[in-house]
Amino acid sequence: MNNLFVYLEIEEGTVAEVSLELLTKGRSLANQLSCKMEAIAAGANLDGIAQQVFPYGVDVLHIFHDERLSPYMTLPHTSILVELFKKEQPQICLMGATIIGRDLGPRVSSALGSGLTADCTSLEIGDHEEKKAGKIYKDLLYQIRPAFGGNIVAWIINPDHRPQMATVREGVMKKEILDPYYQGETVEHTVSEYVKEEDFVISIIDRHIEKSKVNIKNSPIIVSGGYGVGSKENFQLLYQLADVLGAEVGASRAAVDAGFTEHERQVGQTGVTVRPKVYIACGISGQIQHIAGMQDSSIIISINNDPGAPINTIADYVIIGEVEKVIPKMIKYYRKNTK
Amino acid sequence: MAFNIIVLAKQVPDTRNVGKDAMKADGTVNRAALPAIFNPEDLNAMEQALDIKERFPGSRITVLTMGPGRAADILREGLFRGTDDGVLLTDRAFAGADTLATSYALSMAVRKIGAYDLIVAGRQAIDGDTAQVGPQVAEKLGIPQITYAENVEEINKEKIRVKRRLDNGVEVVECPLPALITVNGSARSCRPRNAKLLQRYKHAKTVTERQVQNLDYIDIYSIHPYLNLTEWSVADVEADPVQCGLSGSPTKVKKIENVVFQAKESKRLTDNDADIDELMRELIENHTIG
Repeated sequence: MNNLFVYLEIEEGTVAEVSLELLTKGRSLANQLSCKMEAIAAGANLDGIAQQVFPYGVDVLHIFHDERLSPYMTLPHTSILVELFKKEQPQICLMGATIIGRDLGPRVSSALGSGLTADCTSLEIGDHEEKKAGKIYKDLLYQIRPAFGGNIVAWIINPDHRPQMATVREGVMKKEILDPYYQGETVEHTVSEYVKEEDFVISIIDRHIEKSKVNIKNSPIIVSGGYGVGSKENFQLLYQLADVLGAEVGASRAAVDAGFTEHERQVGQTGVTVRPKVYIACGISGQIQHIAGMQDSSIIISINNDPGAPINTIADYVIIGEVEKVIPKMIKYYRKNTK
Repeated sequence: MAFNIIVLAKQVPDTRNVGKDAMKADGTVNRAALPAIFNPEDLNAMEQALDIKERFPGSRITVLTMGPGRAADILREGLFRGTDDGVLLTDRAFAGADTLATSYALSMAVRKIGAYDLIVAGRQAIDGDTAQVGPQVAEKLGIPQITYAENVEEINKEKIRVKRRLDNGVEVVECPLPALITVNGSARSCRPRNAKLLQRYKHAKTVTERQVQNLDYIDIYSIHPYLNLTEWSVADVEADPVQCGLSGSPTKVKKIENVVFQAKESKRLTDNDADIDELMRELIENHTIG
């Protein structure tokens, strides 16, 4: 009772990265709270799930096995969480801020009347004093997230309602195996005790999954472009530099909105959070929402014709100049110096 | 065949183009410096409704918004683009609502509007980016939801077929009506204002607006009933005040922080050859690249 739960996203028998990242975070929060971490797997083909998640410190794995639970659909998965939570009374529930998590989370929170905070960038445990009521709440989940287009950071709490629910985007938390031999307990549930026939009213007619070609999250070097790159044509220069350096190409929201490159490459709060060895920001002014998604890069190089661009303050190297002049020179001198 | 459609829309501060004066010295948001706009994805949602109305003449679109008095702009904007009716849900008791209290209030207003086949809303609003209100309204009404919709492919009295976005692909789903769909920004954008409708509806006002602007005596509002925008309070929609606004919100804001990034001491370079040569050599020598 009163444990921390993580909802596992599963595609074809594999647990999503974001869920593993949440297990890592969940484990450390559960340790602070001296409670257990439990995980929920609902779908088909779940045989390999236990061995995928136990190394992250899962104490109890709840299995809901039914062919009809895969692919994900809103209503049956909602019923599972709602009914399970009524029994288990978790204090915290975490899920990915993915299309699935952002479809499921609000539905569950509404059914349980509990609070949900979307797209948290940090989760901490702490107390809260309600001065007027003279009441002290122990060990609440601080759900920390950017608000107002990323211009402020809000600390959200749910003092009186459980579970305290939060979603987190992929890449925000770090995934780390706790112990390869960690052993939890598996509980197999009877799906029909949780899910009603009416929950299957929506039918999936057609489904196309495209394996993403872009993998900026795990690239050690990222060449990223902003609105200042100027055009789709100029963006080709970034691809050339990336090619030479063995890097991936990223982009700011403004560059994606302008159609310079595809959405998968967007770095920032509404895109991917990255921590590469080197981040080369080309023509990116550095809106807060972008900086929040790349500030942990080891080395930041900013190329900008505006000496006052906000991103320059967090850069290790600032090159004042035009992107289309600087990049060809970087390629030229990289080649020269590696010979 | 005709459909009754409700569009949920929100007036939001334009957080996308935040200038230097958007933040006050104390780190709070200077709302006055940000223009109030129609939430972008709610426009994508409205377009889906307008398209259905075009395909099925006789369909009726009601825009529902919650906010302060000036949010009546959202209702007029809808009328200018082809919706039929607008409801402003406004009451001091709604203030401070989180997504759950907002959803409760909206669901009560939907119940008051009455018979509907379809509810459409934007995926999320740009001031909060939560994407929660749509699904929560659907849950409160006990109807199915389809989120991240890109296009209504087919609709008939029994069911709707919708193409929706996935994190790594697309899906086509079929769902019985009534249902709620939230529309993604990748759906087609909303048609522009129609000049004739602009003429017809430019004086459309809520009762409060008429009182404030001393328009009560003008008889156009009795001659043209379509110029009267509906305004509802907590009592009008028979909502429980405890479940509205701050008291109905399970989430509380503990504190707000200004965003401060750790400034670094940076090396400034020019774009001349010597500087770039030097930089690349340094990065290669310390094994940063290469």
